[in-house]
Parts: sequence; structure tokens; C-alpha cells
Amino acid sequence: MIELFRDIKVDWLGKRKIFLAISGAVMLLGLVSLIAKRSFNYGVDFKGGTIVQVRFKQKPDIEKIRQLLRENGAQDSQPQEIAGRNDVLIEFQGAKEEDASAGRGVIINALNKGFPDQFEVLSAQSIGPKVGDDLKRQAVFATLYALGGILVYIAFRFEWIYGAAAVFAVFHDTLVTLGLFSIFNREINLTVIAALLTLVGYSVNDTIVVFDRVRENLKIRRRDDLETIMNDSINQTLSRTILTSGLTFLTVLALFIFGGEIISHFAFAMVVGIIVGTYSSIAIAAPLVLVYTNIRGRALPQPAAPARAAVSKGPRPKRAKDVAPKAG
Amino acid sequence: MNKRILRRLLITLAVTLLCIWRVTAYPGLVPSKQRVLDNVKLGLDLRGGIHMVLQVVTDDAIRAQTDQTIDSLRQELNKRNIVFRQIARTQTNTFQVVGVDPNKDSEFRAALNERFTEWDLISTGGEVPNTYTIRLKPAQEQAYRTQSVDQAIQTIRNRIDQLGVGEVVIQKHGGPGENEILVQLPGVSDPARVKSIMQSTAQLELKLVDSGPYPSQAAAAQNYGGVIPGNLEVLPSVERDGGSSEGTYYVVQQVASITGRDLKGAYPSRDENGRPAVSFNLNADGAQRFGRVTGENIGKMLAIVLDKRIQSAPRINGRITDSGIITGGASGFSPQAAQDLALVLRSGALPASIRYQEEEVVGPTLGADSIRAGLTAAVVALVSVVVFMLVYYRFSGINATVAMLLNLIVLFGALSYFGAALTLPGIAGVILTIGVGIDSNVLIFERIREELRAGKTALSAVITSFSRVFVTLVDTHLAALISAMFLFLFGTGPVKGFAVTLFIGLVSNMFTAVFVSRTLFEWTLNRHQRAQTLSI
Repeated sequence: MIELFRDIKVDWLGKRKIFLAISGAVMLLGLVSLIAKRSFNYGVDFKGGTIVQVRFKQKPDIEKIRQLLRENGAQDSQPQEIAGRNDVLIEFQGAKEEDASAGRGVIINALNKGFPDQFEVLSAQSIGPKVGDDLKRQAVFATLYALGGILVYIAFRFEWIYGAAAVFAVFHDTLVTLGLFSIFNREINLTVIAALLTLVGYSVNDTIVVFDRVRENLKIRRRDDLETIMNDSINQTLSRTILTSGLTFLTVLALFIFGGEIISHFAFAMVVGIIVGTYSSIAIAAPLVLVYTNIRGRALPQPAAPARAAVSKGPRPKRAKDVAPKAG
Repeated sequence: MNKRILRRLLITLAVTLLCIWRVTAYPGLVPSKQRVLDNVKLGLDLRGGIHMVLQVVTDDAIRAQTDQTIDSLRQELNKRNIVFRQIARTQTNTFQVVGVDPNKDSEFRAALNERFTEWDLISTGGEVPNTYTIRLKPAQEQAYRTQSVDQAIQTIRNRIDQLGVGEVVIQKHGGPGENEILVQLPGVSDPARVKSIMQSTAQLELKLVDSGPYPSQAAAAQNYGGVIPGNLEVLPSVERDGGSSEGTYYVVQQVASITGRDLKGAYPSRDENGRPAVSFNLNADGAQRFGRVTGENIGKMLAIVLDKRIQSAPRINGRITDSGIITGGASGFSPQAAQDLALVLRSGALPASIRYQEEEVVGPTLGADSIRAGLTAAVVALVSVVVFMLVYYRFSGINATVAMLLNLIVLFGALSYFGAALTLPGIAGVILTIGVGIDSNVLIFERIREELRAGKTALSAVITSFSRVFVTLVDTHLAALISAMFLFLFGTGPVKGFAVTLFIGLVSNMFTAVFVSRTLFEWTLNRHQRAQTLSI
């Protein structure tokens, strides 16, 4: 029998200050980058404009394309070669209110002047400025609703602090991933939003597996304190966490390598997201619950015993509201 | 064999066969490649085509409604001998009647109440005394806006249908008040032609010419002492005088004698010089009016106006009843243009102009590329996962592999059942489903190993693990389903396609990872009655 992880005894929660500091630092770095760059590098689906993917018969001279575009009314467009193929992506910024797709004609006309009959338009996407804003708003709301739904569900199944900690953990994942997108200047488009939402699901998944084990252990071992139980729970589920994350990482890596240009932004978000998501379930979610319980424990002698919804109908701690935002 | 296990195996087998049948053979019995292609719908990004989101400028429709009402009211007031100084539109949904005879106030109100119930009299004051401001009722206005979107959808559908593209989607899009239309045309890759057919308002009007032609608008106005009277208007003509670059203008009656609504049919034909043109004929009502107008105005000119431009202004030589011809001016129509014009005239006029919010064209080459890339990624992911599971969990890895393959079969069966199209983000969803499937299996296997280490027998370890892990799986899957649901509800386009496969994948994974996998374990242990060891 091959076993990669057995009898691991790592004191995860003892290092919580280090973890929280690291996460804080990475989030801060992303924030600084975002402030310095003023805005994310949005794809045309969010800022409006046209993007055309063209395949040439021979490897085209990118300088010639750039010049043709500049001379024929597409000053702002940036042609970009796709590695390994004779394809070029051309972005045309700014879309008119009446007809968002006007940019496509401009680009194709320009190319026709220099490369008649030497290219094929693989795809063209145009988004009006109003739609771009709508999509951005919709994406943000979809994420917030999804987080809200998860918070309610976990709060219902465990206790509210577990829900809050899980949601804060995924919030952390989203912020870190977005920060990395800003630092590496990667483009944020609709498929990246889909990836962010997927990693929200994954991260919550990881967190729930740990919390579930904590709940189970709390029921069996009533004498141990929460910190010990949490450490053990994380260690017991560690082999599963690493295996699953590793295998999922493998599938996403396949997507990143073989999935083609369009999927690559999605895959990048997932590659980053899986690493961050796995880390946050261990290093953020559980420590937050512990930190909160310790603070509350000083006020109330009994430690919070996670229980099923039916059992946890006791009075909610009054200080809950004061503590949660500070933790968040 | 244990009856319970047998029943579970039969259920599994039945579901598997049902899904395989749904994908490969439905609605027949014999599987074929064609049936697979019919049953698994591909999205536009995979098969190529055009995706557009249009916005109907419903203000146009309201404005037209207001103008039409002004016209009827003017006639009504003339009929009732109510004198007024002026009547004009002040906003899209509002107009003013200025300087109504003060003695006719009650008669004016009566006319309004009897014939114009959709309108509210909102004020009777103004700079000029006895000025009545009249506005369309808000509910009515909303109804007209909705109606104009519906009518636009109908018109666009009529036009697109004549292009002969299969599986077209033309439907309302976005929230209420957005007035948006989604158009999807698979297999079409020339957006320019589609748009010219769709957006052409093709508003046909026949108007009597008062005077003309003039070399410029100013010259036309001069003839009327600088100001064109309210019942007349100046329109440009597409015809040109010889080589002059200046257009010509005619002064025509503002109210059209005949409009596109009176058309019965339109078809491509040729003019007297043999150039492509479009002939039209009128319905009974239109023919009667046309006969009267032409009969009363022999010797005058009649302008054939298309989208506010005069195509030609022939002289009326005699009474004409039911047909006419639209020529393309000096340069003439191209054969394609004549054909498209006939098409749009037949399909009826668009009630309002259209804005293009969003457009995506995917050529067939890219679609094929994407399918190949997506499949490669899926196969590589699947194979590497299977190899790992077999090496790490040995015989139990077979179990996981079966569960995972079955998960994919159920996923595609469900996609085909719901008629959901597989898109590129959808393939990403499938790959993530593979990931979720692995997680469930790893979670269970690791737990079984743990229980075995604790000294339990194989069977009891399996049973304990499944019942313990079941709780975890329900929690993780429900949480993921909740987020997939929000993605589906609030997401658009690609996000939605992704949510659909993820949602179905999560549900089918609950079945395969919990029900099927457990059955397989129990079956294996049951066959070797005294099995104390488990290959895991």
C-alpha cells in the first residue's frame, strides 16, 4: 500500500499568527498593485470593444499588422501573436453605443489592405460599453449572492462563526487571486469570473471537509480543547486534502496546457485558486474559528460546541456582531 | 448474492444504459454517430456561428405613436371645427395643442375623451393661453414599448427565417425595461449581411410631390418664402442629376398616401432599363386608396420613399391601383440588394431602430480547434487521474474509475435530456466534474484506510466510512450546488453554460460516488464471503 501521508502531527493552529500575517501581506501586495495600476486589466467583455482572432496563411509580420492598423483608423488596437500558431489577436478599444461591432469592420478592412486573401477571421467578439458595465456588475453580484448562499448554508449546518470563517476564507482566496491577476497584469474576463466562482466552490469544499471532521471529533472527544481537536482534524484530513488538490491541480493543469488560448485565463485562475484555496482552508478558516472562540471563551466559560442546526438553537452570543467584522 | 446489492446493481445498470441510449440512439434504438451529434447539442463557440444582443430603441416607437396621434387629433379637430393655432410634439410621449379657441374648451375635452382614451391631459396652461399638454398614459407607454420589442422580434424572425438558417434563437434578453433581443445563428459567419437584413427599417412610403426637384434644401425652402409649411417636408433623393455631386431634393406631403403597412407582397424584378429593382403590390385597402390618390393627381409626381430617401419620383400618368416598382436610382441596385430589400419589405417594418450591444462571431475553424483542445484536455485529465488512482489505491482504484466514467455518462445523458448545449466553458465544467468525482472518491478511500488502521474489518470499515463521509459529501455538494445555482441565475452566456454542466455534474456525482461506489464495494466484499482484506 502506498501511503504518502500517515500520522502527521503538525501544529497548524500554533502557527496561526504566521499564516494570518502571510495572507495579510499577500492581500496588501495585491491591493498596492491594484492602487498603483488604478484598475484591473479587463477584457473586452468588461470594458467594451472588439477582439478579433485572425489566422494567417503564413507567419505574419506583426510590425506590418501594427502599422496597417495604425494607418487605417485603429490606433488603439494592439495585435498580439499567439505562440505556436499563425494566429493573431487584435483588440479594438472603445465601442459605439449604436453599434458595438463597428470595430470588427475597421480591423478587417485594415488587414485586407496589406494581406488580401491571406487570412481567415476565426472569431470576433464585440461588447458595447453599457453591456460591459452590466456584465461587470452582474459578475460581482453573482459572486456576492453565491457567497451569501454558502454563508447561510454553513451557518445552518454548523454554527454561524463557521459559516463566517468559511466565507472569509474564500473572500481571502478571491482577493489573493485577483491581486495576483493585477500583479501579473493578467486579463480579467468573463471566463476568469467563472474560474473565481469555481474556486469559491472548491475552497468551501475543502473548508467543509475540515469543519465536518472537527464537528465529528468534538462529539467523540469532549475533554480535548478546540485547538487540539482542530489540529488533529486538519491532520486527519490532510492526506485527502493534498491528494484531492493535487489531482484537481492535475486536471486544471491539463486544461491550462491543452485547453487552448481562450481557456488559458480560466485555467490560470484555477491553478492559482486551487493552491490558495487549499491553503486558506487550513491556514485561515480554522484559525478564525479558534480566534473567535477564544475571545468569546473569555466572556463565556463554555467553548462553542458545534452542533447540528437542530441542537444549536441556543441564544446567540450578543458579541457576535462586534467580533465578526473585526475578524473579517 | 444479497438481494439488496442485486437491486442496487440493477438500478446502476439501468441508469447507465438509459443514459447511453439517450445520448447515442434517442429517439430510435440503434446507436449511430449521427444520433450522437443530434443529441449532444454544441454551443455556438464550438460549432461556429453568430451571437448578438440587440437593443430596441423603443423611444422610436413611442415617438411614432405620438406623431400618429397628433395626426389623428388634427383631423378630428378639423372635423369638429375646433380652431387651434398649432399642434406639435414636445417630448417622445408628450405633445401640445397651442392656442385652442377658448369657447371650444369643453368640445376639445370631449373630443379627447371620446377618441383618445390612451392619453392624459396633464396641463392646460402655457406661454400661449389655452395650450393643452397631452401625455401618453404610463401603463400604455409601457405596453407600447413591450409591444415594439415583440414586434421587432417577430420582424427579425421573419427576416432571418428567409435566410434559411436552422436552429435559430431569437428571444427576449435581459431584465424588464432592457428591451433587449438575443439572436443566435449557428453556422453563419457573415455578420455584415445578417445585420443589413436585420436592421434595415425598410420603411416604404408613397408621398405626393408638391414641388421639385431642387439642387439643395435651401433652394427648396426659398420657394416657400424661407419656411416649409407644416404639412410638407423636404426629402433627399438618391437620384442624381447627371454628373453633379449634389443630391436633389423634393418637397413632398408629410402624410404618406400609402405606407409599408398596405403592402401585400414584394419581389425582385427589373426596371425599364433592365436593372435590378423591386416590385410590390398592395392589399385591397391600400389599392383602393392608391387608386383614389393616383386618379385625383394625374400629371403630378409621386415620390417612392424608402427610409426617408426618395428612390424615384415618377409622374402619375393614369390611375394605378395595386402595384408599383422601386428602382435603385441612377446607379441601380445590386442583384443581392434588390433581393434583400424585397425580403425586408415582405417581412414588415421594424417598429424602432436597433442598437448592437454585443456581437460574437465564431468561424467554423476555431470551433473545431476548440473542440479538439477541450477533448484533449479532458482525455489527458481523465487518463492521468485514472492512472494515479489505480497505482495509489490498487483494486479500489478500479472502483473509482468506474464511478468516474459513469459520472460522465450520466452527465452527458442529462445534458442531452435537458437539451442543454455544450459550450467551451461547459467543457471546463465537465473537467471540474472529474475533479469533484476524484475528491469524493479520495475522501471515502482515505476514510476507509483510516478505519482499517483502527482495526475494523473490511466490511465494517466500508460501511462506517460511507455513512460518515456521506454527511461531508452532502455538505460539500450542497454548498457547491448553491453557488452553481447562483451562477446559473445571475450569470450570462459563458458563465451560464459552465454552471449548467457543473450543476448536473454535481448531482450525478452524488449518485455515482455514494450510491454506485458503495454498491461496488459491498458487491466485491460479498463475493469473497470472508474477505477480511480490501485492496485499497
